[in-house]
Formats: sequence, C-alpha cells, structure tokens
Amino acid sequence: MSLKIRHLLGLEGVSADDIALILDTAVSFKEVLSRTIPKVPTLRGVTVVNLFYEPSTRTRISFELAEKRLSADTINFSTSGSSVAKGESLKDTVWNIEAMKIDIVVIRHQAAGSPHYLAECCSSTIINAGDGAHEHPTQGLLDMYTIREKYGKIEGLKVVIIGDIKHSRVARSNIWGLLTMGADVSVCGPPTLLPVEMEKFGVKVFDDLDEALMGADVVNVLRIQKERQQGGLLPSLREYNRFYGITRERLKNLNENFTIMHPGPMNRGVEISSEVAEAPYSVILPQVTNGVAVRMAILYLLSARRGKVDEG
Amino acid sequence: MKDDIMLINGKIVDPATGYVGAATIHISAGKIVKIEKRKKTPSSSKRALNLDNLLVCPGFIDMHVHLREPGREDEETIMSGAEAAAAGGFTSLACMPNTDPPLDNAGAIEYINERALVAPVKIYPIGAITVGQKGEKLTEMQEMTACGAVAFSDDGHGVQNNDIMRRALEYAKACDVPLISHCEFRDLAAEGVMNESFISSLLGLKGITPVAEELMVAREIMLAEYTNGRVHIAHVSTAGSVELIKRAKKAKIKVTAEAAPHHFTLTDDLVKTFNTNLKINPPLREKKDVEAVKKGLKEGAIDVIATDHAPHSVEEKELEFDYAPFGAVGLETAVGLVATELIHKDVLDWASAVERLSAAPAKILGIPGGTFEEGAPADFTIIDPDLEWEVNPDEFKSLSRNTPFAGWKLKGKTVMTIVDGNIVFTML
Repeated sequence: MSLKIRHLLGLEGVSADDIALILDTAVSFKEVLSRTIPKVPTLRGVTVVNLFYEPSTRTRISFELAEKRLSADTINFSTSGSSVAKGESLKDTVWNIEAMKIDIVVIRHQAAGSPHYLAECCSSTIINAGDGAHEHPTQGLLDMYTIREKYGKIEGLKVVIIGDIKHSRVARSNIWGLLTMGADVSVCGPPTLLPVEMEKFGVKVFDDLDEALMGADVVNVLRIQKERQQGGLLPSLREYNRFYGITRERLKNLNENFTIMHPGPMNRGVEISSEVAEAPYSVILPQVTNGVAVRMAILYLLSARRGKVDEG
Repeated sequence: MKDDIMLINGKIVDPATGYVGAATIHISAGKIVKIEKRKKTPSSSKRALNLDNLLVCPGFIDMHVHLREPGREDEETIMSGAEAAAAGGFTSLACMPNTDPPLDNAGAIEYINERALVAPVKIYPIGAITVGQKGEKLTEMQEMTACGAVAFSDDGHGVQNNDIMRRALEYAKACDVPLISHCEFRDLAAEGVMNESFISSLLGLKGITPVAEELMVAREIMLAEYTNGRVHIAHVSTAGSVELIKRAKKAKIKVTAEAAPHHFTLTDDLVKTFNTNLKINPPLREKKDVEAVKKGLKEGAIDVIATDHAPHSVEEKELEFDYAPFGAVGLETAVGLVATELIHKDVLDWASAVERLSAAPAKILGIPGGTFEEGAPADFTIIDPDLEWEVNPDEFKSLSRNTPFAGWKLKGKTVMTIVDGNIVFTML
C-alpha cells in the first residue's frame, strides 16, 4: 500500500484510503514509542528540514521527535516575521536549502497557501504544519487517530467543533478529514467567528452552544486568541466564556462516553474550564502523544512515496 | 511622414450608426477625409492597405491604465505601456495617478505629457483627487485640467472621507471632468486579499465583502445626485454594484461605469490555486457577479470596457498570496477576451463592444475618437475576429508578465493598430 498523495498540503480532497493508511500505520509507530528504546532506523539517510515561519512549540517538537524516532537527519529553521521582511523570498530560501540535498520540508507559515506554492516550485516533499487559517492536516489526522483509538471508528460519530472557526486551520482540517471518514460534523461559535457560507463545507452551523452539543460524541474545543477581542470580533472574553466556554454543566446533553478534545494551547477559564480539561473524558494529552506517532506515519509513508525508505 | 493612405476591403464597425459593412477609408494628414461604403476596391495603389476579412474599428481607448512611470520603471514605463497598448489595439489610454510620486500637481501632468510625445499611442493623464492620494486635501484640479488632465481619481483606494468626496465632486464641476472612483471602503475591506465567499472561508484567506464596494458605489451615486457632479465608477465587480448603477441611470444621475475583462471572465474559485496573478483589486467575485457584469455591459448599466492594466514585477508577485500586491496586466489580452467571452458567446455584438471600447470612453473623458466622421483622427483598431491564438506572456510588449490568462486560447485578436494614420503595430 502506498499513498496517492505526494505531499501533505491539506486534508481537503485527500481520499479515505489515504487517511486510513496513515492512521493504520500510526498504530504500529505508537507501539514503537512505548518501547524501552523508542527508535527505529526506518528513515536513515532521509533529511528533513523543519521550516517554521511562525512561533510553535508543540507542533515543532512533535515533528522533530517524530523525525528523530525514525532516525532521519533533521534541520531546524525558525524565523518569526515574514520572508518579505527578511529580504529573501520563500522560494529562494527553500531552493537554497534544497541545494544542500534534502528530502522533506515541513513548513509552518502564517500565509495560507505557502506549502502549496512550495509544492509547485520545489522538488522536495512538502508537509504542511499549518498555513495561516487554511489547514493543519497533521493536527486533523492526529485528532482523527485519537477519536478512532477511543471509539474504534470515526464513521457515524457526531463531532462538534467549538470556537473561532473563522481563524482556525485546525477546524478546517478536522472538517475535511472527518467528513471524508463519514463523521457527522457541526461547528459552533459566535457569528463573528464563523466564516461566511460555512454550511457549504457540508457541516451544520450553530451559534447556540447547547443546541450544538445535543447528542454529540466528540467536542473539539478551539483556542480563543486574545486578539479577537481587540479586533472587535468579541465583546469580551467574559461573555465568550459565559456563552461558549465548555464547563461541566454544559456537558449534560452529550452522549454517554463522550470525549473532550483541544488542540492546545489552552486558555483555561476562557474556552474550557480546568475541571473539564483534566477530567477522565478529556483526551488532550493523548492527542499530543498520538501526534508523534501520526507524524511518524506521515513522514514514513511520504518518504516511501518518494522512494527513500531504508527497508532494513 | 503622414502619407495619404486608403484602407480597403475591410468591414468597418461604426458604433455611432451601428453600421457594420464594407467601406473604403481615405486618410490624409492623419485624419479621416472620406468614407465610401462600397464592396470591393481593387488594390492597385501602393497606398492602399487591403484588409480583407478584417474588422476596422475606431481606435480603442483604455481609460484605466497604470503606467509605473515615474517610480517603478522596472515594471512599466510610459513607452513600454504605450507599446503594449498599441499591440493590444488601443490607440489612446488614460493613465492613473498612483505613480511615485503621484500625479497630484500640474508639473506631474506636464511630465507625463512630455514623455508621451514620443509614445506610439495617445496618452491622457488622470490627476489625483487629493494631494498624495491621501484622501485629505483636494489637489489643484483646475490647473491640472488646464495642463491636460482628463479626469481625477485616487485609484488604488477610494476616497474614504465622505465630506472630501462631496467637495471633490463639487469642485470638479468647474473643470468639467469626471471623478473616477475606485469603490472600496477600507475598513470594510478589512485587509482582505480576495472576495469574501465560500472560497475565502475554505482557503482561510481574509475576504473582502462585496459590501465594501457597493456601499461606496451607493455613496458616489448619492453624492453625485446631491452635488450634480459627474462620477465614473471604476472596475465594477459585483452584482449589487451593477444594480445600483442601473437604478441611478434610470434616475438620470450623472454616473457612468466600466468593467474590466477579468471581471467578466474569471471567478474567485480560481484562487484555490493560490496563483498571485489572480490577486486583483477589486477581487475576482462569484459566478453570479460575473454574469451580472456581463448583463450590465449588454444592457448599458456599464458603459465602458477598461483593462485596469496593473503591471507588477515577477519578484513582487512570486510571493505568498497574502504578501503579493494586487493587480494584473490587461492591455494585450483585452481584445482577445472581449471577442472570446463577449462576442463569440453572444453577450455583445461587435458594434456594441466597439462602442464600449471607443465611443463611450471618448465621450466620458471628452477626448477625440470613437467615430468615423470625416475630420476625425485616423485612429483604427483592426481585428481578425476569428484568429485563434494563445496568450504567451513572454511575447508581451509590457515590461510585466502578471497575467492570469497565461496559456489561455483566445479567438479574435488585434492585427493592426493605426494612430493618426501611422501603423504603430501590425501582424500583417
């Protein structure tokens, strides 16, 4: 089995077969992570560049760990601010790195479409680690992995994504992946944080939290950026917390055996209460653990697609 | 230099009379001296240009062009822009004032006039409405008009302050020229980079709501009515704007409007490619808007086809979508797109398309052209309506290559351009 996709740019348009293959492969890598020496030689000789144009802690560490666990050579390149400010274009930066013979570029960038642009003009395999408010496909995959790990399936589950959908790449990748895998997806947030024509994604749209949560299995709570208040999209974080914050009382209409997810970092007391975040039904830390296994699967499968895997 | 010549056997398209048919045009000293409607003329004379199977139109006028001189001569100069215009079939163009420095004083207008003397086409400068195009203080419009400014505009962005726009409309009445409004309220556009629609939601790109344009169109119409001033709405892009203009015209308010080829051809779903040559302001809209713009052109709500030719360097465009500048070149693809998208798809006939490309802009700007009358300047655009060709940006005369139509196969092309009786471009 091999992937149809050559790059992981987003989950829109990625087939159910490809998603299932990634999730299945991640199961065996998760086993590797539980070993005394959690490392395999699979990507020996493969060079991965982590190109982070935007601050990131968890995603960058997760990718780096995944690469190291697979014995790939890794290079980190972090810069804040745009390439424009730096005076070198994104294309030139990547062409220069490519000239040093590398295989995979993992890119996080504040401008939507940057990974797609690189895939057009470069010869490396591109993995999108988050592009603007567009997609964050590895987060979408690790969320699906976590859901499947708990329920044994994704199809037929009712998943609700709560919060700042408008600015969320996590929401978009989750929506595409979950819909492809047969979940019933809803989004909920204040109307100023919902993008226009949201229903055309194929999701149900709510501005009332209790209605949205009715009969849900999985609740994915998004981070609220403090800037949204300054930008005039929210009257106050206090009001947001009162009407959209996930607290224990809000959970009464969920299905039995429900799950709370959060891509992190959390604003406790704003979009989620500490009590909910730390309850047994919360899988926020397992999401992080699974992130490494899922990224290992992606790196492995895309390297194989490139013909660069040490079978030994 | 200006020999007497004859254009024979071509089919003239006269927007004034609607006449489309064979004629012989006699030219002397750069002017039309006589039109003879008759079938065949034997091409005995050396001075006769045989234009069998070709359309002979009054020279096209592009009333919305960005030349980048002064300031960005790497992207376009007055000369290169004029050559691109000639190659595209435009015998006259009006250039927007958002140069660096902007055309906001009589000296700057004189500079353009002087540089334009050697250009192959006629160039009419448009002055800025406000000093530095900052939207704060009116420019010396009367003096600029005396130097040859044919209109005023703060194109690039609309005049945000309502009172300044009101005063500008009032003041410009003394110049008897229109104000050209790039309609977009900046606060509503909210630093968007594409149309706000399902596609912007999908791509996570910041959207520009159609209301940012429509609200300013409505303001211009109300202010034009109140002040009895003349306003021309640049590059109409939304169905709502077309509707507002249609109603205003019915109410006899002095408003005219233009549409650009990309706005009657392209839709916002193409932005899914993140091709920065599709980053244009106003942005590419939805199918319903494209249809409304076409209907507006057909029914007369939109008077003019203008390109909004906006050259940008490769370096500026080869960036992330968010960081690339707005704009696309258009001079060398406009006629092909009009033929392919409007004529061959039965939106307009040749007579009405030619009217929107020549007589209408001439009338709005108060400049010569758009007619076959005896004594009129011998400016002609000669078109092969059925010539099939592929858009190749490397062949552009423009210094810039930022077209969204690279590789497009079009049907209909300018094959010769004549200005004051001189052939300034020919493929024949």
